[in-house]
Amino acid sequence: MSNISLQTKRILKNRAFLALCLLSTSATILILALLIVSIILQGSHFLFNSDALSAVFAHGELSQIPKIFRWDFLTNFASRFPEKAGIYAAIIGSVWVCVICALLALPLGIGTAIYLEEFAPKNRWTALIDFNIRNLAGVPSIVYGILGLTAFTRMFGLFGSDKNSALAFGPDDAWWHIQFPFGQGLLAGGLTLMLVVLPIVIISSREALRAVPSSLRQASLAIGATPWQTASKITLPAAIPSILTGAILAMSRAMGEAAPLLVLGIPVFIANTPDNLNDNFTVLPFQIFNWAGRPQESFHQLAASAIVVLLVVLICFNGVAVYLRQKLRKPMA
Amino acid sequence: MSAISAKAASSAVALARKGVARSDAIRNAWEFVIRGLLGCTALISIAITVGIIGILLRETIAFIQLPEIELTDFLFGTTWSPLLGAEKHFGIWPLICGTFLVSVVAAMTAIPLGLITAIYLSEYATASKRAFLKPVIEILAGVPTVVYGFFALLVITPALQGACNFIFGTPIFSGYNAGAAGIAVGIMILPIVASLSEDAMQSVPRSLREGAYALGSTKFDVSVKVVTPAALSGILASCFLAITRAIGETMVVALAAGGLAHMTLNPADQVQTMTAYMVQIFLGDAPAFGVENLSSYAVAMVLFILTLVLSIIGNILLNRYREVYE
Repeated sequence: MSNISLQTKRILKNRAFLALCLLSTSATILILALLIVSIILQGSHFLFNSDALSAVFAHGELSQIPKIFRWDFLTNFASRFPEKAGIYAAIIGSVWVCVICALLALPLGIGTAIYLEEFAPKNRWTALIDFNIRNLAGVPSIVYGILGLTAFTRMFGLFGSDKNSALAFGPDDAWWHIQFPFGQGLLAGGLTLMLVVLPIVIISSREALRAVPSSLRQASLAIGATPWQTASKITLPAAIPSILTGAILAMSRAMGEAAPLLVLGIPVFIANTPDNLNDNFTVLPFQIFNWAGRPQESFHQLAASAIVVLLVVLICFNGVAVYLRQKLRKPMA
Repeated sequence: MSAISAKAASSAVALARKGVARSDAIRNAWEFVIRGLLGCTALISIAITVGIIGILLRETIAFIQLPEIELTDFLFGTTWSPLLGAEKHFGIWPLICGTFLVSVVAAMTAIPLGLITAIYLSEYATASKRAFLKPVIEILAGVPTVVYGFFALLVITPALQGACNFIFGTPIFSGYNAGAAGIAVGIMILPIVASLSEDAMQSVPRSLREGAYALGSTKFDVSVKVVTPAALSGILASCFLAITRAIGETMVVALAAGGLAHMTLNPADQVQTMTAYMVQIFLGDAPAFGVENLSSYAVAMVLFILTLVLSIIGNILLNRYREVYE
């Protein structure tokens, strides 16, 4: 009799724990839903045109559909007046700085991963590099901002101050105009974000390379290919879907970073888009930070609208990552 | 049959000629160059570490050598008032206290929720539920931190105030507070705990589970008394790495935690964390070489050491469980 009650007790305990599990998992999902819904609600004022919305949904005037979105929010520059404010400069800046970051971080990161996985001897130095990269991934991004400020924005003071540069190449109106030090320009921003995402790119690329079956490598080496031929023609093509997925996730991290760029001292308000690699820029997360930090409610709504735009961009990034993974994945071995 | 093999042989000969055309010497030189280039890219990560430590050390030493700064005061002082008042005080403890408070609230949010979610995903959920839930939870990790800052300031804080107003009759929580910032940071690090812990649980061998079931264990017994202890070093690693992220988190605390550096452990109060102080200095137009500016480097040094130690512990634990089961 006591045995049976003990068993019932244990089964009940199991059921209660399952309930707790379901509760906590659904709480997590609920938080995500709450996050998204609350932001869309706050941001709707600057994203949607209420007149057009009611015309379409209440009166069925389909001709009003293009007017549902307030496109001017995307095409206006930031402004003191909430109704006139937009995120054009921030979007363009974010795109530019991410492209620069990708062009720098991907070759370096994938190169490091190939070296560590395919070439490096297993010795103390390799272990040190590996250990170093793992710990770099845990360094707060604001600390990378400090490195970027000293190494890129001011260049250790080697070429004069960042406001008054001592060395410049190319005409002012050419996109490749470069001056040293980089100041608060696109190049400084891209390089700083490169520092932040480099460990992430290296770690994810290494995992991708490690997942390639070693039988492929051995077959290639056995028919006389050199290590580089094996890496470039066999291993890398096999790993590229996973490497790309990791790279896109790293870029979405770069897209959302504000702290390191804040340390560089990038401006919030600029009324033009960057013309060259040294031109000032601002990014979406920093614009959001600035608006959210103001006391007026209409700026909070602006911040929420900008967040919606940022999240849509990031969702597109992730969609591309998932698509690439599905499309490029081939059976291995 | 012989025709096919003749064809194969002739194409093999053609391939061999093509290969011989490029002499071995050139091929080896090329191989050497590529290897060198890739090795250089690997050295960049070392250069980054050296750069961070070098810059922080140089500026921290410059800070300590200022006539108005005492090293003992910086390391043990409990007053941090670099901007206000006639007499400036640089004692790091209020900033560490603020960081600690926010991280503790974050850990208290993320670790229970994340662990239970990990157990559910690893032990209870069916494959299809897991395939749906895991990416959904990982979305939380992909949300930019500034979004969590907005959420903490404009959703969590009013909610906490409303709840306290309803229960106690006063809002209790101030407009900027450590509690809301901590909860938001906790939501941010929850996927790290859940995902890494789940990985650790998944790598526990099936035989351990089946042994326990054979002795008549329930799923609860297996997951809590067998799998969790077996995966403990991985679970601890996930907690350490998550707390590292919480300590270094910047935008959430800069937006929602306030800007008053003082010694408090009350989550309803406003606090200033190390990262929030750095934001305050770098956002304001503090002169590039003033005492305030230098102080932010010293704070960054403390932050860097703290996160480095935690992340080293986390990675050692992670390696340990990988060695045991993989």
